[in-house]
Amino acid sequence: MSELTIAPEAVRPFLDSYGRMLLIRLFEQEMHRLFLRGEVHGTTHLAAGQEAIPVGVCQALRPDDYVAGTYRGHGHALAKGTEAEGMVAEMLGRATGTCGGRSGSMNVIDRAHGLVGCYGIVGGSIAAATGAALSAKRQGRVAAAFFGDGATNQGYFFECLNFAKVLELPLLFVCENNWYGEFTPMQKVTAGADIARRAEPFDVPARVVDGNDLFAVVDAAREAIDRARAGGGPTLLECQTYRHYGHSKSDPAKYRPPGELERWKERDPLDLARLRLLEAGLTEQELASVEEAARRELDGAVEAALAAPYADTTVEATEFAPA
Amino acid sequence: MSTLEFRVAIRDAIAEEMERDESVVFFGEDVAVPGGVFMATPGLHERFGETRVFDTPISELALAGAAYGAAVTGLRPIVEVMFGDFMGLAMDSLVNQAAKYWYISNEQGSVPLVVRSAVGAGGRFGAIHSQIHGTWFQGIPGLKIAFPASPAEAKGLLKAAIRDPNPVIFLEHKRLYPVKGDAPPDGEVIPLGRARVARDGGDLTIVSIGKGVADALMAAERLAADGVGAEVVDLRTLRPLDVETVLDSVSRTNRIVAVEEGPRTGGWAAGLLGAVAEAGLHDLDDAWIVATEETPVPYSPSLEDAFLPDNARIVESVQGRLGAGMA
Repeated sequence: MSELTIAPEAVRPFLDSYGRMLLIRLFEQEMHRLFLRGEVHGTTHLAAGQEAIPVGVCQALRPDDYVAGTYRGHGHALAKGTEAEGMVAEMLGRATGTCGGRSGSMNVIDRAHGLVGCYGIVGGSIAAATGAALSAKRQGRVAAAFFGDGATNQGYFFECLNFAKVLELPLLFVCENNWYGEFTPMQKVTAGADIARRAEPFDVPARVVDGNDLFAVVDAAREAIDRARAGGGPTLLECQTYRHYGHSKSDPAKYRPPGELERWKERDPLDLARLRLLEAGLTEQELASVEEAARRELDGAVEAALAAPYADTTVEATEFAPA
Repeated sequence: MSTLEFRVAIRDAIAEEMERDESVVFFGEDVAVPGGVFMATPGLHERFGETRVFDTPISELALAGAAYGAAVTGLRPIVEVMFGDFMGLAMDSLVNQAAKYWYISNEQGSVPLVVRSAVGAGGRFGAIHSQIHGTWFQGIPGLKIAFPASPAEAKGLLKAAIRDPNPVIFLEHKRLYPVKGDAPPDGEVIPLGRARVARDGGDLTIVSIGKGVADALMAAERLAADGVGAEVVDLRTLRPLDVETVLDSVSRTNRIVAVEEGPRTGGWAAGLLGAVAEAGLHDLDDAWIVATEETPVPYSPSLEDAFLPDNARIVESVQGRLGAGMA
């Protein structure tokens, strides 16, 4: 765990982030349960175990900054501020969903919270955030792309590292390295087996970050965001983490060596954050209160979503936005 | 009336819209300082500055993705993907991101984006610098596809495309760049999705788009000398496709030939004739297509000239088809 010290007055945002991380964990567990019940359709990609990364980055961002997420994007949306009720309803295909049931699990868009989109094609978030950074540069904002280790073998990754650097865009490349691209180990398909080092020839600063440590993520993100806002261009953060579930709902993750998941669970990001907050002087009671609030929020969201009607087939869809 | 060169029409449309709207930006490969490989955009960089008009790396994935990302966060990008053939690389951002955004976001916002490219054969550029990618995108809901036939149309359609809140694929036939034509009235904006009757005639309807319209008009002149009155419809956009204007024409002429620079399988002409048959079969005496062979565009001048449906091919086809019926 990182050795960063926190001033007492700075603890509150971390406590809020801990609550948000727990909300995401509960959300993913609930999606797993609702999927097995047939309420979540098609497929879904769960991010349990990876919560500290989007929550830490979004804690360091301002509300009007932009993020682009992936098909494993429930946490990206919830971290950026998307309401849990809308997200649950979206997963369930309900009219009250964030996108009215039109996007589903993999493609959520939430403009009001600066979520440019989540992208079903590996690497798509990188280019979308690069474009958002073009706008952000004019607007005094910053953009962040979340993507997995698999995306670092896509053309999007290399083209956008170069593009963002030559234009000095205010952009964070946030790699959530969970060590598996779908079902295949990262080292087996990634030449050099070192993601952070891939930024070096582009003169893009890079940091390897303990992606299970909220405090380390916030620290690294702040440094990158400060650089971006000051006109210093993009940064790559390789945040190392682990997903608790398989790649998608069709994947039992049998390719993982025995004991690997258990070892990572010993460094569960929620446990680490909790411990650190206690060390920072918060009481069990204060933590319990935040935990209870997260549970209530998700329970209420699920209840409301299950009661909501399915997306309305009588609403006439328009192909184009009106001029 | 003053005249306007096609490539200048493109430049003027961009300049006027950039003047009108601060959020319009323009970027692509070699478009800013060099002014574009077809010299369509010189002077814009000097006039509007590096932050609004800039050269990019040769990175079509990044270019198209960045255009999309910028368009959903407040800018109105015009990007140039130098040759239409390169659109294969840009396809993910345009098809999977830009085209779907308005619908899957539940209409939270749209993607005001224009992607310009030089297209078409006849320049001896070979198989991979001569294609027309309009049909690659025609089946994608959420995209508009414009393909001007003249300088005035290039200016008016491009101005409309830049103002449109939706993603527009804009095709510029490379053999039209040096063409001069009548300048349009100041400030003319041509709505996307409406075809134009370019020439009246009572015996048959020739439908085309882009450079094919000029070929159709020349063919119509030659047919007139034989006493055949050909009406020419310029589609202007492939999506939305203005079937109504074509049906209206066919209701008067009862015959339709669609002239497409591209293979008939999967082409726009086949789709259009299908739509005309579906809604206007009672008006039809004949319907057919003049298209290219089902091969890539060849390089050699002899092969390429034989490959392309020019005005002579249209005349020959009409004469052969009407034959006894018209004599």
